[in-house]
Amino acid sequence: MPVLVSLVLRRLLGALPSIAAVVVVTFVLTRALPGDPAAYFAGPAADAQSVEEIRRKLGLDKPLPVQFLAYLGDLAQGEMGTSLITGQPVSADILARLPASVELTLCGLALALAVSLPLGVAAATRPGSWVDHMARVISTAGVSLPVFFTGLLLVYIFYYLLGWAPAPMGRLDLFASAPTTITGFYLVDSLITGQFATFRAAAAQLVLPALTLGLFALAPLTRMTRASMLGVLGSDFIRTARAGGLSRGTVLVTYALRNALLPVVTTLGMVFSFLLGANVLVEKVFAWPGIGSYAIEALVASDYAPVQGFILTMAIMYVGLNLMIDILYGLIDPRVRIEA
Amino acid sequence: MSPALRHMRYVLAENPVTAGAFVGFALLIALALFGPMIAPFDPLASDTDIALQPPSLAHWFGTDHLGRDILSRVIVAARLDMQIALAAVALSFVFGSLLGVLAGWYGGGIDRAIGRVVDTIMAFPLFVLAMGIVAALGNTVGNIIYATAIINLPFYARMARAETNARRDAGFVEAARLSGNSDARILAAQVFPNILPPMMVQVSLNLGYAILNAAGLSFIGLGVRPPTPEWGIMVAEGATYIVSGEWWIALFPGLVLMAAVFCFNLLGDGLRDIIDPRRRT
Repeated sequence: MPVLVSLVLRRLLGALPSIAAVVVVTFVLTRALPGDPAAYFAGPAADAQSVEEIRRKLGLDKPLPVQFLAYLGDLAQGEMGTSLITGQPVSADILARLPASVELTLCGLALALAVSLPLGVAAATRPGSWVDHMARVISTAGVSLPVFFTGLLLVYIFYYLLGWAPAPMGRLDLFASAPTTITGFYLVDSLITGQFATFRAAAAQLVLPALTLGLFALAPLTRMTRASMLGVLGSDFIRTARAGGLSRGTVLVTYALRNALLPVVTTLGMVFSFLLGANVLVEKVFAWPGIGSYAIEALVASDYAPVQGFILTMAIMYVGLNLMIDILYGLIDPRVRIEA
Repeated sequence: MSPALRHMRYVLAENPVTAGAFVGFALLIALALFGPMIAPFDPLASDTDIALQPPSLAHWFGTDHLGRDILSRVIVAARLDMQIALAAVALSFVFGSLLGVLAGWYGGGIDRAIGRVVDTIMAFPLFVLAMGIVAALGNTVGNIIYATAIINLPFYARMARAETNARRDAGFVEAARLSGNSDARILAAQVFPNILPPMMVQVSLNLGYAILNAAGLSFIGLGVRPPTPEWGIMVAEGATYIVSGEWWIALFPGLVLMAAVFCFNLLGDGLRDIIDPRRRT
């Protein structure tokens, strides 16, 4: 479909300024970082001359625009510096840890969607009922929950009191070995290679952190679904559809939900912004070896290259997600396609 | 009783939840003002003989790993948390509405330039941007405030821009212009007071988010340093003890934090109902 292709291309072009802005801001943040990298690399015993030499070698004596071009060149080659703690290139570290974060975020989002959409629809179809009240309580209380606190509460209840969940210590317990890396997602890899015991172990570790994230994303999604469903159900075309004798299911799903989903998809962008931030906190609570805990470890040790790499990765991912949401919006709303 | 007060009393009687939120807000302010005076113990005094004690009559919220009284620490922490949230929200309110009003009023190049700045901030996941700013500027409470202010700025700027834009050609603005008022005077005396009510709703909802954000940053070890009492850092200190069953260290500061955010959110919803009955949820 050429219309669709042009829509995707236009959206891609539209994302370029965001990416440029992200790169510039990350560069500025890098240069504002405390401490002199040249003095750091030279070591405490170095004299002024050798510090000066290292500064020249690192290119830090050049004017800022030249440094910026060098930074762009490095980025283009996937070069984000070396972590002082792990001794590895930051890009390699981040690539190795990214699947853990993505797996967690996606599972959290899937949980939230699985609950919030039916709940929002049920609340909107029966305003004033107990479902509606429950949806309202959830969407008000949910936005007030500090995500790290919910995580700890869940750990206390399901690990310490009930003993249902494994210890909050990363992606696998000590006795299980990681599945062969194919996608990096433990759930997927263990299924592909047929290691069902590993799948169970990985899923058991994932439940609580994913639930924590899901609870967090539940509130805005339920609220939005309910509000937009209410709006759509009151509109003329729904009355017409009902009057035409269409079944309740057809009216609700095909006519109402499909229209009501548009504002929900738009909110997804904001939800992702919060979710990626909450991810960092959840990773810390559950000792989850993703890029969030990588950044926290680096921050604590004043190791700034990983922090920069982390921020850039997160921002690029967020821009990419927004792009996908835009395209998705075009797919489910034919009107956008016509405009394009 | 003046009509304004009577209206307020009517609204609060009509909506007990909002009244409760106002009471909660007043309580928080009181804690922030008088916290150190009403705390039963010194929040920093450690006594390892009574470390890790569960809640008791002497220590209502129990004691932490250094034997410090958690109730006292929770009470004293209110001042710092409220200071961070109020300062951050005040900063983003002032600068955000200034930028938004200018963008909405003048349009054109100014609007585009300000819009670009706002879009740049929004291109980041907000909490991640706050982490980056604090890492870059240095690990202090002041920088937590600046970071929180920066990530909240877009909400005010966008709202102020939209509200100003809608009033740019309103009758009362035309009248003020025809009677010879300068742009600055019209903006300050006519437009700004008119966009203030929706902005105040945003302020109240934002306070909750600002507290959460600051607590989140100190939870991962940014900004506030131990042994300073602060809700986020107290939850972080209690986190290691949750797996061994000492729940009270993390629970009480977490609950208070949650209650504070909940209170601000209810307050925001209530204010919105008072100001705009159409948007009632």
